[in-house]
Amino acid sequence: MKTRLAILGLLLLATPAFAIDPSESLDDPELQARYEKIIDEVRCLKCQNQTIKDSNAFLAADLRREIRRMLEEGMTDAEIFDFLVDRYGEFALYRPRASGKTLILWLAPALFLLGGAFVLWRIVRRRMALPIDDEPAEGA
Amino acid sequence: MSRYLVPLIAFAILIPVFVIGLGKDPSHLPSPLLQKPAPQFELPSLTDPGKNVGSASFENQMAILNVWATWCVGCRQEHGFLMQLAQSGAIPIYGLNWRDNRTEAQRFLQQLGNPYVDSAYDEDGRVGIDWGVYGAPETFLVAADGTVLYKHLGPLNPDLWEQNFVPLIDAARHTQ
Repeated sequence: MKTRLAILGLLLLATPAFAIDPSESLDDPELQARYEKIIDEVRCLKCQNQTIKDSNAFLAADLRREIRRMLEEGMTDAEIFDFLVDRYGEFALYRPRASGKTLILWLAPALFLLGGAFVLWRIVRRRMALPIDDEPAEGA
Repeated sequence: MSRYLVPLIAFAILIPVFVIGLGKDPSHLPSPLLQKPAPQFELPSLTDPGKNVGSASFENQMAILNVWATWCVGCRQEHGFLMQLAQSGAIPIYGLNWRDNRTEAQRFLQQLGNPYVDSAYDEDGRVGIDWGVYGAPETFLVAADGTVLYKHLGPLNPDLWEQNFVPLIDAARHTQ
């Protein structure tokens, strides 16, 4: 029993691995906050369903290193996103910017919603025209 | 009849969307570099660290830049074709040895043959980022004026070369 308790106690002491490599952090807390926000919005092109924050692929590590360098050089967030889009295309951003090419992505949800509302409106209007029939069906 | 018409039309629109969408390989991304000036770079040569290789090495001539590494399976697959292409003398091939180990990369070329005029050694992947490289092998066709004409992702073979590169090379040489 004592051994079991000891093992349980030790297990509770184990902390989950820290996802971010401390060697990859920036000294300035303000830059660090921007850094973490940016890497959470950039797609790892090698492992397309992960952000470069989540991915261990070396390409993701390379991109994180470049982003740290750019932040330390005083580049703005917009400049950093431009740098990535110039090289990897709009697909590199999880939140693509509204432009001619990505307009359909931004408008599609609204269009689908409007389409659904239109269908609903048609159905409701048709049903409203039907006579009200409250009588329970025979045998019910 | 008309109650079936709307779903039928919607279905008829969606089917081609899905057929086209599912037929595409999501790992093949269009390169934003196409028709733009090739990124400038200068790196130590893989074979001779004292020498530099870079975009200046293939200035004023049409060339291909092949991104490769010893850890890349596709690079081994296409290596035989690159050897053939180099021997045919159709176009100079430059290599970008990407995120590799110099000793292993040198051994790779000694054992399997070296199709490259020269390979640039991009140890930390910095130049790879400028070229938008995300998965070796990648092959860029660069015109004599430094414009990126084409990017191929994945291993090359004679068919792909004939289909995708030869027409562009011929057209570019014709207009010169």
